Amino acid sequence: MEIEKHIKTITPAPAAVESHLSKRKNIWKKIVQQKTLILMSFPFLIWLFIFKYLPLWGWTIAFQDYRPGLPFSEQEWVGWKHFRFLFQDEAFFRVLRNTLAMSIINLVLGFVTAITLAILLNELRNGKFKRIVQTISYMPHFLSWVVAASIISYALSLENGIVNIVLQKLHVIDEPILWLGVGEYFWGIIGASEVWKNLGWNTIIYLAAIAMIDPEQYEAAEIDGASRLQRIFYITLPSLKPTIVILLIMNLGNILETGFEPQYLLGNPMNLDYSENLDIFVLKYGIAMGNFALATAAGIFKTVVSFIFLFSANYIAKRLGQARLF
Amino acid sequence: MKQIVKRWRMRYTSWGDMVFDVCNYSLMLVLCVVMLYPMLNTLAISLNDANDAIRGGIYLWPREFTLYNYEYVLKENTLLNALLISVLRTVLGTAISVFCTAMVAYVISRPEFVFRKFVTIAFILTMYFNGGLIPTYLLMRDLHLIGTFWVYIIPGIIGVFNLIVIRSFIEGLPNSLIESARIDGAGEFRIFLQIVLPLSLPVLATVSLFVAVYQWNSWFDVFLYNSSNPNLSTLQYELMKILQNTNATMSGKTAADAFANAHADANTVTPSSIRATMTIIASVPIILVYPFLQKYFIKGLTLGGVKGE
Repeated sequence: MEIEKHIKTITPAPAAVESHLSKRKNIWKKIVQQKTLILMSFPFLIWLFIFKYLPLWGWTIAFQDYRPGLPFSEQEWVGWKHFRFLFQDEAFFRVLRNTLAMSIINLVLGFVTAITLAILLNELRNGKFKRIVQTISYMPHFLSWVVAASIISYALSLENGIVNIVLQKLHVIDEPILWLGVGEYFWGIIGASEVWKNLGWNTIIYLAAIAMIDPEQYEAAEIDGASRLQRIFYITLPSLKPTIVILLIMNLGNILETGFEPQYLLGNPMNLDYSENLDIFVLKYGIAMGNFALATAAGIFKTVVSFIFLFSANYIAKRLGQARLF
Repeated sequence: MKQIVKRWRMRYTSWGDMVFDVCNYSLMLVLCVVMLYPMLNTLAISLNDANDAIRGGIYLWPREFTLYNYEYVLKENTLLNALLISVLRTVLGTAISVFCTAMVAYVISRPEFVFRKFVTIAFILTMYFNGGLIPTYLLMRDLHLIGTFWVYIIPGIIGVFNLIVIRSFIEGLPNSLIESARIDGAGEFRIFLQIVLPLSLPVLATVSLFVAVYQWNSWFDVFLYNSSNPNLSTLQYELMKILQNTNATMSGKTAADAFANAHADANTVTPSSIRATMTIIASVPIILVYPFLQKYFIKGLTLGGVKGE
């Protein structure tokens, strides 16, 4: 008895080993138990790996003089050559300028118009009218960019375009203008098109945030004699601040993703200097001209800069004590 | 009149209040006109005689009503085939994607699942980077997906945003239902199929709308992967080609010439009327469906936004 006791006190290890073993056994047991769940998800994990992670391997192309058809081991490595070429290319800087300019215009216009519309919608007292306006304003979001571009280019056309007709009737212009033929107008056209297409859609998240505001705040303000505008500026807007910050961070992460479709579809040889953005540059060099390496380098540049933007915006928001993405 | 004034007096406490409302309602009306007019104008042109439409002056109503433009488009073999491919990719793509996304969402909503964290993070990470156009293109080439119909379906099987939306919804379902089914001896797949899927219909409606709209509206993958295979062209891509033709030549007359070369029968249709007709065909299915799902997609969007992790 005593010996047994003794052994027990000096060798507590077996218990620990056993619990470790049983933990491992437990995991195996769980895996066997949950084999259906594993079967239900692992095929898609493989899919995820192939379609989302494997392309990252393709980044190596940017450091090679890539020749299609050759096996990987026979490709010639050239280091940063393509990146150096990019940063000496005047066309690349023009493309970068266009991308950033359109991004910033879209960002500012998009935020201001969506927040304004959400607040104005919230001020509508007639529920039915409000719903109809909302439904109509969501419509363009569901149209493809091809359809949108078709409609927009017709509205801007020289002969029967509604924009020229209205502006002439209002005596803003004397002669009809070929809007898509003048490069300087292009950024504005893209900004307006984005607003037209996504204005209603972008209000959804703000309206949801407004719906969360405690109605007692408004009632108290009304009793205190606050006007409509005062209530908007001192209650609604401040309550929207966290939502605005989060969306701003997410959008800053996409600052180089101006989108590709509107620029590509509305671009033409006459506005090329202002319409060509990074994505079109990649497409032109990569697919049309077959320079895969250079196009990949430009793509990598875009992804890395986006990442830096996203993390810095998130960090700044954190430092300022604001809501943040992660 | 007196009554209206009386009602207004009762409703508004100050002049400023009333002015605000008048401005607000007028602004909303202007907004609706701006959103709707281009679409209605396109509809009117598509229903108008093509040669008559060149004269201009058509706004909301066709001047010389005809259905010939639609007849022409639907008789053209390439366009009809494109319409079929569009429908096929929308139906198949949506069904496959929604089912698979829901299945993975169910798995990662199970708190007891061993690899729950690993799988969730593996998916969410991909929201923050992508390989880019060229590596993706080369991947599709190496997988021999280029030139096939499946290049429209397989790369988009699971959308991460949709995954999060569905997961959030499933997590909100009462766990007791799932537990009692398990006690009754139902396997995980059967629980998913017979209990979770039917209960998740509202969120599945939302996600179906998102995926269907994406599939129906896509043209870039057609352009990138299948532009040399006219049998796999879609409606949006055909419309895009017409648009590019008109844009490249800009002035209406030369565009008509370019178009006449591509499509015979230039006497009765014009690029402008074909463009309008195809624009309407390409957008009508969506416009008819989305208002009915409004309640759901608003909920789905806020659900994904709030619980985006």
